[in-house]
Parts: sequence; structure tokens; C-alpha cells
Amino acid sequence: KFSHLKSYFESTDSPEHFLQNTKYNAGDADVFLSTKMAAPLTLLFIVAITIRAVLFRSSLADLITERVEVVSPLNAWKRVVEGLALLDLGVSPYAGDVFHETPLMIYFFHFVIDYAEIVFMVSAVCIVFLLQFRKQKYALEGDRYPLDCLELIRTPREMLYIPLKVAMFYLLNPFTILSCVAKSTCGLNNAVIALFILSTIKGSALMSAIFLALATYQSIYPLTLFAPALLYLLQRLYIPVNWRRPSFWLFTTQYVFMYLGSLAVMVCLSFFLLNSWDFLTSVYGFILSVPDLTPNIGLFWYFFAEMFEHFRLFFICVFQINVFFYTIPLSIKLKEHPVFLIFMQIAIISIFKSYPTVGDIALYMAFLPAWNHLYRFLRNIFLVSVVLLACSALFPVLWHLWIYAGSANSNFYYAITLLFNVAQILLVSDYFYAYLRREHHLTHGLYLKRKDGSEATLVLK
Amino acid sequence: MGAEQKFLVCWCACVCVCAQKRLWEGTEVGTNLADGASDNKVDHVHDTMQATDAPPSPPAKDQTQRFAFDERIWEATNVEINLVEDAPPIRDKEADEADHVLDTMQTQDFPPPSTAKDQFQEELVIKPLHSGDIYASFQFRTQWDTDFLEKHKFSHYRLFPKSLGQVISKFSVRELHISFTQGYWRTMQWGQPFLPSPPGAELWVWFQDTVTDVDLAWKELTNVLSGIFCASLNFIDSTNTVQPSASFKPLGVGNVTDQRFLRYAVLPREIVCTENLTPWKKLLPCGSKAGLAVLMKSEKLFHSSFHSQALHIRPVCKDWQCKSTSWELRQTLNVVFDLHTSGQGKREWSLFKMFSRTLTEACPLASSSKVYVDITDNPQGELFELSPATPLVSQAVVLGDGRTYSVYDLTDHATFGQTHSLNVLLRWRAAESGEMLRPLLHGERYVAGYGLQTGEIHTLVYNNHPYRAFPVLLLDTVPWYLRLYIHTLTVTSKGRDNKPSYIHYQPSKDRLQPHLLEMLIQLPPNSVTEVTVQFERALLKWTEYTPDPNHGFYVGSSVISALVPSVVAMDTNNTQERPLFSSFFPCKEESTYFMRIYTEPLLVNLPTPDFSMPYNVICLTCTVVAVGYGSLYNLLTRTFQVEEPSQGLAKRLANIIRRLRGVPLLT
Repeated sequence: KFSHLKSYFESTDSPEHFLQNTKYNAGDADVFLSTKMAAPLTLLFIVAITIRAVLFRSSLADLITERVEVVSPLNAWKRVVEGLALLDLGVSPYAGDVFHETPLMIYFFHFVIDYAEIVFMVSAVCIVFLLQFRKQKYALEGDRYPLDCLELIRTPREMLYIPLKVAMFYLLNPFTILSCVAKSTCGLNNAVIALFILSTIKGSALMSAIFLALATYQSIYPLTLFAPALLYLLQRLYIPVNWRRPSFWLFTTQYVFMYLGSLAVMVCLSFFLLNSWDFLTSVYGFILSVPDLTPNIGLFWYFFAEMFEHFRLFFICVFQINVFFYTIPLSIKLKEHPVFLIFMQIAIISIFKSYPTVGDIALYMAFLPAWNHLYRFLRNIFLVSVVLLACSALFPVLWHLWIYAGSANSNFYYAITLLFNVAQILLVSDYFYAYLRREHHLTHGLYLKRKDGSEATLVLK
Repeated sequence: MGAEQKFLVCWCACVCVCAQKRLWEGTEVGTNLADGASDNKVDHVHDTMQATDAPPSPPAKDQTQRFAFDERIWEATNVEINLVEDAPPIRDKEADEADHVLDTMQTQDFPPPSTAKDQFQEELVIKPLHSGDIYASFQFRTQWDTDFLEKHKFSHYRLFPKSLGQVISKFSVRELHISFTQGYWRTMQWGQPFLPSPPGAELWVWFQDTVTDVDLAWKELTNVLSGIFCASLNFIDSTNTVQPSASFKPLGVGNVTDQRFLRYAVLPREIVCTENLTPWKKLLPCGSKAGLAVLMKSEKLFHSSFHSQALHIRPVCKDWQCKSTSWELRQTLNVVFDLHTSGQGKREWSLFKMFSRTLTEACPLASSSKVYVDITDNPQGELFELSPATPLVSQAVVLGDGRTYSVYDLTDHATFGQTHSLNVLLRWRAAESGEMLRPLLHGERYVAGYGLQTGEIHTLVYNNHPYRAFPVLLLDTVPWYLRLYIHTLTVTSKGRDNKPSYIHYQPSKDRLQPHLLEMLIQLPPNSVTEVTVQFERALLKWTEYTPDPNHGFYVGSSVISALVPSVVAMDTNNTQERPLFSSFFPCKEESTYFMRIYTEPLLVNLPTPDFSMPYNVICLTCTVVAVGYGSLYNLLTRTFQVEEPSQGLAKRLANIIRRLRGVPLLT
């Protein structure tokens, strides 16, 4: 039943095409997972959980909890505890400017506060499980490409190792480990997004809409994932993206209603939990207007610390629009590849959001092994990896020099955040380039020739 | 809230006791303390009596006989015995309570209320401190008989300064307390001040309950006061204003205790100097022309370890029945002169040495004008000699401690002697000073931690009482840029967790309101209670830093308000001076008294951005965003094409010629 995923994209003109591409059947993925991959995956989980458990118990945990790269004002565990303490004192958590979690989150933590470490470890493992299915079921390819492109198409054997690689990439990623040990609620937001991706891939429009609404409710930005989810679900139902088709409009309206309905339910529920609308300004106002300039790995803090007051509003608008700005052009360009579109959107969110942490980066990095067939088209992956690694190492060093030693100033740390973001941008655009190029080769053949018969080089024009 | 009520009840009970004490004291007969005096009379009378009760003038020969202690007589002095301003909240309660008590207990002894309209009193208290420094405290009290509820009565001014009267009527102020302080009062060396004040400027105001927009009135009031006192009070805004729920109760008559009408603000950074003193002096009826105010020369006053000038306006009862009220303006100036810098290391103090002036006359408008010298530690003149000697002595219970004062009455010409000037001289005989009673309540505060990311505020509150526990109210106002984490609040006494019975916490709002933390803590006897709370330092916008950002940011003093068990009750010798029948029960009437102390202000460093960088940062960050935009735009709008090598220049020229000639083109 998952066999027609990729074969669909010309179907806007000829819906009958997708019938011819049925190669793999649905059971494959689960079979692989349950038999050959079970042992290494179990081992991986044990290793990952051991690392986290050891770190939780070590003295490093306190140090990690304070790191500005790992926790932001939006998701710091210290602030969650503070919110609960305020609630115990009979003060609204939103009366002050310390707590910025959503009301549902308070009530969630109100019950699990004692098991917080377990919750965060479980959520990390869950994310991997959720991403597993996605990878398994996604990369099924048709065989309608030119013959010389066969080496571009992934064999089932390659596909077999993707879940393990994704799991390793997520669970053993130092960013994820740090984020989990710091009990950053970013891990839970990631879990919600992973649930959303899973339910979308599974084709459950309702669940997809609910989890998307939940992710949006948590931190606005996942709003941009609406477009890829809709495209994917349309594709799964073989509904062409065609303005004149009533079926397109019918489904879109349905999905929009499900999404907005569940969002409204969540917001109203939050209102009834605390009986005030204070959380709107305290959560969403805080995300959008960036009042807290605590340093982080993003672009906002130093920019708005140094901004001239009368340009402030203008630049806040410019920077915030940046996240949502790419949604429509990317959706048009990638309308046949909604899963890659999800990856692009998550990456753009984590680069341009107002309070990014390494946990956000870890989420989109978990996708990278799924695009391992793009490696041959990446142009500067080595440089980018080295820069990312060097920056990650330099963050704590320059922070120490600025804040503790006093021998450096804020510019040093700022310079590293700039470089880190440039590297991320290059990484994402490189993958985008590689993806487009592979698509081009899949239709036009791998070894292109000029008119005169010599070997051609591809350029963007 | 239960705890707060309990505290208030406890307060009221104490106040009741105090009120009764006063009545009893009227009949109490003091025993013979001085050597030969036979006609001792300790008579505590209320301040309204003083106009009718002028003391007899001392014999003129006192001027020449400096050590005439034998002739000292215990006089019925018209001291405000309790120096009530030291126990202000008690007094206001007392006013209420006294009202009830007096209705039933009034005796014929009290004279009819004075009919004078306005009154002015001035006094100076000189207290040698155990550290060798000297403490001088001026008090000027102007009473204005007008009904503050009727606005049209604020039109005629005699002694009361018009500028303040207009402020009161325009902003419907019920009580106004303002202090400017330079330096920090060292409680452990100097004991308790008569009137505590925090370093910098402090302002707290109770508005009438008819005020609708309190915040607006407060804002305008601070700006007007800023003009009147030439101070930076206009920097008071919502980011440093709080409404304490329990620590600052009205000190005057009236029963409005709704904290909505209270505003409290501290500017710990305020520098107090001559420009604040001059307008303050102008509010006195005699200015600095006559009376005690001639001593206030700024070159001396500001060459001191501690300088504090304050102004308190409150409604007080006009008479015993308290049928009507009048306004009281109390101006105080406290100054501590340092033994080494002002006194050249010699323990010898005189008015001239302290102020470069001597006294020649009282303010003609003053109904009473007195100089007090604290001689409690020196009853026989063994520690220091006081000249000129004065036969007048008064006793008072100050901050729970019985004190003895020599009194110079400036309204009496004999005080000035033949030289027509009074230069009170204290000359020490012994190098050592007497034992100082340790202050029962004492507070300290500091910031712990290193680096510019987080920190911890430690407040230490000492209860030095050997066997009595008592509750204190701790008020902390912390600016928003130090983000407090209330869940890290710990209160420990004697190594054990001491849970506050009442916590009022108002979290901060960025750039809008500060943190307010009020706690009621029970201090175990003879203990140190440590209150710690962690905070995080915020990075501000570059325009929000002060011009000297690396100097640090000030955090105002903590305010500790307490009902402290009296030292008098602790004094075992006390039983010898009293009739045995009166001293059996240890808890006597003056068993507790109100005390307010301020801790040190804090100076906290914040991380700073580079102030020279705004253009660079804007350019660089925008470049990064543009890199992101550019690379995505590039990939979104362009398509892949096979690169065809461009023709050479010669070939293109040749083709143009060939086209003109109609010949087939070269490929």
C-alpha cells in the first residue's frame, strides 16, 4: 500500500501512470526492522540511554544545564521548574518574564516533574522510533529512469541500513545528548514534530493535523510544515495539486479545518486551565518580539542588542518573516518531494528562529543519513563539517573567555555564532542543490553530453 | 495571608501595650539616680504638653562651674520621650489604639489641648559612638493645623512650606517619606540610628483612597519632587517602583492599609550633595539663618562618613481626642563624623569642630529648641567631660534601650552664657570607650558566584538576642535584569531549613517591573539566618546600559522590619532601679519595639555588548541572512542546464562579418 509514493508526480496529467510502478510491498520495512536490525538497534539504545543516564548522574549535568547553546529562555528546564514554583506560590507563571512554556506543558510537567529525566530519555528514544518508520517507507523508487541512473537509485540493501544510521545520528549526536541531559524541552517539541511526520507518512490526516497543531501551539514556527504535510497527504491520496480540481479543494479545506480546529481546541484548553489569556503574550509574544537577549547560537540576540531603537520593529519583522518567507517558493519547487520539503523547512526554522538551540539542529541533522544518496553531489560538505565542528568546540571556549575570564568580549562569541550559522546555511543549501541536481540527473541521465559530444558540466541558469 | 494577619495582630498587641505603658509611666516615680538630687521627678508627658510646661532656667553659675554634677537636678523635661519616629509603625497604630485607650483612661492630669495653629520645634541629638566617631541628628518638626480632607484649606501657609503643601493637596498625598543618604550606616560599630535610611534616595508615598490613577499621580509626584529637591527622582518609573504588602504601613493616623495606594522606590545610585541640602534647608521656617540650621554647612556635613537627610509628612492627631488631624512635617538630618578624617584622631568633639559654627540663638519661630547629648555611658563623667555643664537631664527609652541625655535649651538665654554662643564640647578622659551593647538585629547582604552569567544573593540576618526569637519582614526589590529564580530560594537558620511563614513574590516583567520579594521569617535566638536566591544576569540592549556599564548596576538595599524584644527587658540590673513589686514578670510593657534596618546595596556587573559595534553587527548579521536568502533564491529560481562553451571573441566578430556578407556562419 506504500508502493506508489514516488510514482505519483506526473499524475497531474495522467493519473493512470502510477499504476505501473509497484515494486516493493508494504511489509518490507517492518520485516527488516524486526529481524536483521533489531540487535544493533537494541545495542544502540542501550548505549544511548547509558550515556544519558551517566551524564544525568554526573557533575557535568549542572554545567550542561547552564549552557546557553543548549538551553534558551524558551525551553530551559530551570524556567520550567520556576514556573511550577510560581504556580505553587499562587502566582500566575506568566505574571513574570521567566516562564515561557505553554499552559499544557505546565500541566504535563506538573505530573511528571519527578520523572523528568526518564521523560526526556524516553522522548529521545521515541523520536528515533518515529523517524525509523519514516525512513523505511519513504525511499522507494520507481524504475522508470534512464538506465545510466541506476547507480543513483538506492538498493534495498542500502535502504536497510538507513534506520540504523538515522538512529545513530540522532541518539549519538552530541547535540542531542547535551539537549537531553540539560532537560531542554526542545526534546519534547522535537518529539511532537516527529509524531507529526510519522502520522503524515502513515497518511493519517487527522493525526497529522493534530500533531502539527500541537507543534505550532508549542512554538509557532512549525506552522510552515503545513505545506509539506498537505502536499504529502495529497500525494498519498493521488489528488493532483490542481486549482481546478474540486477534490483538491475539498481535501485542503478538510485539512485546514482539522488543523485550525485542533489548534483552537488547544488554545481554548490553555485558557480554561489558567483562566487567562496571559500565555499568548508570554509565549508567542515572547517568541516573536524577542525581548530576551540572552546569548544563544542564533542570529537574533546580538543583532537586537546592538540595534538602533527606531529600527527595531522593522528588523524584527524582517527577521521573523525570514522563517516563513521560503515556504511558498520551496513548496512550489519541491511539490513532488514533500519529505525533503519537511527537512528543508525544519532546517530553515532551526537556523532563523529567534531562540535556537542545538536540540533544534539535531532534529534536522537526523535527516541527513536519509539523504546519503546525495553525497556524490555535495559540493562543500567537508568544509562545512569542519566549520561546524570547530564552531561547536569554540562556543564554550569563547563563552568562557567573555563571561568568566573577561579577556574576550561579546564580539568573539558573536563571531562564532555568525560562522556557525553560515555553515548551517551552506549545509542546507548544499543538500538542496544536491537534491535538485539528482532529480535533474534522474530525468536527463547521469552522464550528460554537450552538443559537440564532449562531457558537459551542469550549471545553474 | 494568614501569616500576615498574625503579624499584624502581634503588632497591634504590642502597640496596645505601648500605649498603656505611657499612661502608667505618668504615675511612675523614678528612684534617686543622681547623687544629691532630692526632688527627682520622672514625668513622661506628651509632646502637646510641652508648650505649657517650660522648664525652669538653670542657675547662671553653671556656666562657670563646669563640673557641677552635684547640682544637677532631674527635671521634668518635655522630651518626646519615646523618640517615636524611631518606632514609626507603632506610632501610627498607637495613635489608633491610644484613641480607644484614652477615651476610657483619660485623667484630669492632662492639660487642655493647645490652641496654637502652627508649631515648629527643632532639636539636635549628639551621640558619641563607641568607635570614637560622633553622631549628630537634627530633627525639625512643623505641625500644620489644617484638615487634610478639605482641599480648599490648603491655601494659607505660615510655617509649613508652601511648595510641599501644594504637592500634598495636588496629588492627594496622605503620607510622604523621602530620604537622601550618602554612605552606609554601620550598625555593628555605631548601633542603631534614630531614623534608618538606605544609601541613595528612598521615597515612599501613601496616597489618599480618593486617587483613581495612582500610577499617574506617582509619576507626576516623583517629577515634582525631583524638581523640589534637585534630585534624580525622575528616574523613578515602573521598573523600580513596587507596592510592598506588609513592610511599609502608614505611620500617621488613618486606617487605609490597602497597598494599592502605596508606592515605594529606591534609587541606590543617587549621589547626595549640596544641591540636595540647599532646597531641603529652604523648607525650614528659619531657613539656615537662625536656630540649629546654622550648623548645616555643606563643606562640613559632606565631609563625613555618613550623611542622611530625610523628610516625612504624615497626618497626626491634633489633640488627645484625635477628633481632628493636622499635618506633621518632620525634617531630619543625620550625620556621622569620622574620628580620623574629621576629628584628626583625637577623641574631642565640639560643635565648632563638627560644624565650624557655634550656636547663638534658637530659631525665633520655634516653640522648642534643644540640644541633647547622650551621656548614658557617662553618668558620673568618668568617660568624657561635657562642657558647658547643664543641669537638665532627661531619660528616654530609645529603640528599647534606656538612655540618659543632657539637655541644652536654646530658648533660654542662660544657655549661651556670657559669650553668647554655645559650643558643646566633649573631651574624653579615657582612651577606651564603654562596652557597646550588640545590636539585637543586624543584616548583611552580598552577591556570591563568579562570572557574568549567574549569581546568588545572600542576605544574612542576625538575631543577637540570647533567648528570644522574633519575626522579621524581609523586603527585597531586585531589578528585572537580574532574573531571580524563586525556586532556588533557601532560608536557613542554624544549619536548618527555616521555612518563611509568609511569602509575597511578584516576579519581574522585562523593562516594566522589578522583582518584589517579601517574607516573614522567624529568627531563632542567637542565630544567623541566611536567605539565598539565585539569579541570572540579562544582556541588555546597548542603549539600556548606563554611561559607565562596567561600573556595574546597583540593587537597592533589603529592608528588614521587625518587632525586636527590648533591651530593657533583657537588663538584669533594671530590677535594682525599680520597685520590686513592679518587676516580677519579665515581660514588661516595653518588651518589644519596632525597628527597620537596611542592608548594603549591591553592585552587580552585567555582561556588556561592544558599544562601538552597532553598524558592524547590523552589517555582518544582515550579510549572513543575505547569504541564506541568496543561496536559496539561487536554487529556487534557476534550473540546471548543460554549460555550452561560449564562442571566442574573434569567432563572434567573424560571424558578424559573415552575416553581413551573407556567407554561412562559423560554428
